[in-house]
Amino acid sequence: MKRFDRRAMLRGTLAGGAVTMGIPLLDCFLNEHGSALAQGAPLPLRFGAWMWGCGMNPSRWTPTTEGTDFELPIELRALDRELASGGKLRDHVSILSGFDVKLDGRPNFPHTAGLMGTLTGSLPLQDYTVPAPTLDTIIAAEVGGFTRFRSIEMSCTGNPNQSYSFESQGVPNAPEISPGALYTRVFGPEFADPNAGPFTPDPRLMLRQSVLSVVKEDRDRLLKRVGAHDKQRLDQYFTSVRQLELQIDILLAGPPDLESCQKAPAPGADDVGSEVGQSMATNRVMAELLSFALACDQTRVFSMMFSDRISGLRQPGSSAQHHQLTHDEPLDPEIGYQPEATEFVYASMEAWADFVERLAAIPEGDGTLLDNCLVFGHSDVSLAKAHGITGVPMMIAGRAGGALKPGVHVAGATSPSTRAGLTIQQVMGLTSESWGSRSMEATQPISEILA
Amino acid sequence: MIASCSSDTAVTVEAGPVALRRLTGDQYERSIHDVLGRHITVPSRIDPDDRRDGLLAVGASFAGVTPSGFEKYEAAAAVIAEQALDAEHRDGLVQCQPASPTAADDTCARQFVERVGRRLFRRSLTEDEVAGRLSVARDATSELNDFYGGLELALVSLLVSPEFLFRVEEAEPDPSDPSGTRLTSISMASRLSFLLWNTTPDDDLLAAGDDGELVDDAGLSAAIERLLASPKLETGLRAMFSDLYDFKQFDDGLVRKDAALFPAYTQPMIEEAKEQTLRTIVAHLADERDYRELFTTTASFMTRRLGVIYQVPVATASGWEPYVFGEDSGRAGLLGHISLNALHSHAGRSSATLRGKFVREVLLCQDVPTPPANIDFSIVENTTGELRTARERLEAHVTEKACAGCHTLMDPIGLALEKYDAIGMYREEENSVPIDTSGELDGVSYDDAVGLGAALSNHPDLGPCLVRSLYRYAVGRGAEPGEEELLAALGKRFARSGYVVSDLLREILLSEGFRTTSGPRGVDETGDTP
Repeated sequence: MKRFDRRAMLRGTLAGGAVTMGIPLLDCFLNEHGSALAQGAPLPLRFGAWMWGCGMNPSRWTPTTEGTDFELPIELRALDRELASGGKLRDHVSILSGFDVKLDGRPNFPHTAGLMGTLTGSLPLQDYTVPAPTLDTIIAAEVGGFTRFRSIEMSCTGNPNQSYSFESQGVPNAPEISPGALYTRVFGPEFADPNAGPFTPDPRLMLRQSVLSVVKEDRDRLLKRVGAHDKQRLDQYFTSVRQLELQIDILLAGPPDLESCQKAPAPGADDVGSEVGQSMATNRVMAELLSFALACDQTRVFSMMFSDRISGLRQPGSSAQHHQLTHDEPLDPEIGYQPEATEFVYASMEAWADFVERLAAIPEGDGTLLDNCLVFGHSDVSLAKAHGITGVPMMIAGRAGGALKPGVHVAGATSPSTRAGLTIQQVMGLTSESWGSRSMEATQPISEILA
Repeated sequence: MIASCSSDTAVTVEAGPVALRRLTGDQYERSIHDVLGRHITVPSRIDPDDRRDGLLAVGASFAGVTPSGFEKYEAAAAVIAEQALDAEHRDGLVQCQPASPTAADDTCARQFVERVGRRLFRRSLTEDEVAGRLSVARDATSELNDFYGGLELALVSLLVSPEFLFRVEEAEPDPSDPSGTRLTSISMASRLSFLLWNTTPDDDLLAAGDDGELVDDAGLSAAIERLLASPKLETGLRAMFSDLYDFKQFDDGLVRKDAALFPAYTQPMIEEAKEQTLRTIVAHLADERDYRELFTTTASFMTRRLGVIYQVPVATASGWEPYVFGEDSGRAGLLGHISLNALHSHAGRSSATLRGKFVREVLLCQDVPTPPANIDFSIVENTTGELRTARERLEAHVTEKACAGCHTLMDPIGLALEKYDAIGMYREEENSVPIDTSGELDGVSYDDAVGLGAALSNHPDLGPCLVRSLYRYAVGRGAEPGEEELLAALGKRFARSGYVVSDLLREILLSEGFRTTSGPRGVDETGDTP
């Protein structure tokens, strides 16, 4: 393929002042990265993970029958919502129960082993460690190059230092914790609004490209001066530089050509904190911003941490947090569960329903945005009190562009929770035949939810 | 193997590896202010710092730059460069006049890039590095018809370079020991500056680095004395203890309390509480006083806002005044401060266990194992039942074998602090039952928090633990087996000096552990914290 010096071409165009870019020039941009969404092209397929901490009560969360038409258990009552687009939310969500995280004799590091098993396919050998890249980054590595943002990480906990998205062993993706900052990042001045009249590329974008070129020239000099470990870190750094170049290319190419794309309305003032009401409100605002971002194909991969695996959610005026309660609160012998801790399970499931419902609020193609998404909801444990990692709760929402048949309850019969991750990778177009290590190696996708 | 020449007794040292160290948020901001001007507002939360083994300084040797992190670095660089070269400040920073403000001027641009680049990269730029930036400036100037607009882009290219975002520590063969490797003189300039000042080296230190003075005993000594005598040492000491005590949690707004239970708790108050502790430490160490007395001293500082929590009158309407806790205040030493007690509490209640864990792990460098997975805490934490104080609840589970092993390490320490509630306010009772603060620390009994402070200050592990922590902070990694002998020797010298921290720092800086290395680190095999 003939290589173009894109910068030189654009500079030529710009020498006479800022001008609207012509279509042939645009084509050569888009084709180089394969990111063109030409007329008639299929709608993009998106993947996201949504995590809540401290699980559920297995007997109150798990449907009693398999397949469709199961009775919604009490802890999943949040899914019993009518959608504005018609139908019930529950018909867009599959429930995966009875899938296990298998230790193979490794320690059950509380709240860490279960989370890492499901998200990375491997069990950590030491506490607080991430044994392998997380599912979202595996998928972003495949599809992240098509969009302005490789992926978007979010958190409702207010902690800027923590997410459950890891590029590699030592590289966490920091989350957006502020809806205001997320809005500015995606829909700030750089955003090319398809409804804002003729597109004029910002000449400064190309100047930024020239800055990145000179930084890349620092690469070889620096690599000669460092060891093996630092070479890996610098590779990561230069991958990130490359990603920003791509982002600028996409900005130069003009507004997204998607019918449902609209600039998001600016969110109100942030109210970030660990009270459950604050986290739920943040979740709703972030979901709204994300839905606009997805409809404009700004990213195809996201992850949301609704609550920490050691959930710090709390009710105002209470001296205890969710995680503490799961351990401290006595079982009420009459009802058989911990009533105060369970309120946080209800709240988490309401938040999950809010999130999924929002994606169904944007019409896209013949259906909604949700139909072209696959959202993986999951927790670190089943029963938090015992740090249970058998039957870890998982859910998959959306039709993934027609690849999935939602609204099904599948009982995993102790098969590994990695079957969810394997299914997701295959649906997202990765050619994985298996995923996970040792007893967590999955070879069979969950065929019951495939269309 | 190198025999240390800085001490009376020869110590064998096999120092550990070096690695790139990503600037912490604080170091990034200070470098910008020192090099480009204090008027600059540096965007906060660019990319979070990585805390490992209890230190950001260690995490910095592992931290990478993700796509979203780089995006933020680039955006921050643009905002910073614009402010640095705005019409009001450009003349001070550029120090030459372009032939025309609307045309390229390589001579003036080169002067700027070479001088500012040297401070940012912490070494002189190579000709290629300068040429690349000049070409950026030239092209941008002709696009924008603005010389300073061109410089702005050149400055951005310095600020997003890995050479600025990471500190590169380089090694070379040691002429005095053919089998050994030492840090280069210019690498030593950064090591010294970031350790003692927490910022980029100044021109004098870079000059000493360029001239090879920092691999020479006399030259190194002279540089150390200058840095130790500088007012900027205070910045370095604050950074050290903030890192050790994880005070960044206050900056990140992560120390939250329930508003209904603790209406007096506010973010401005807790930031002043952090400042109180840092001021106390800095004043104590500046007087060259015994480090151990930090845990018994009643001398501190106070503001009106803190006075509300401490329940003492404060004369100064706004700002700080020196303060001495009274004999009957029930407080002495850092363990009586609001900051540490609030940090090691939950949002709604105090935690004897977390406080005890802090003392064991951070102040005494002792390991406390993580709890087993299948535990039943329900006896321990229920405050509504018959067990009304933390002591009653914790003692209930010390009878559980699985819990007792670790909790007997932590709880007696934390229980002595139970009269400080979750925001450090004094109380005599919990749920109407008087609080019993008696206990013992490794064989020394005490009646209350003040007694605990005294027991802690006499604990044989207190001094050696600070030696280990500051050493790890200095080299950005855990101590290697080949450095244990050095740590033991440093501990003895620290004791002999009367536990004067500036003497300890001097000893660390002059030691072969700080000046030599086994070479660059190999492939990392451990994961990160989820």
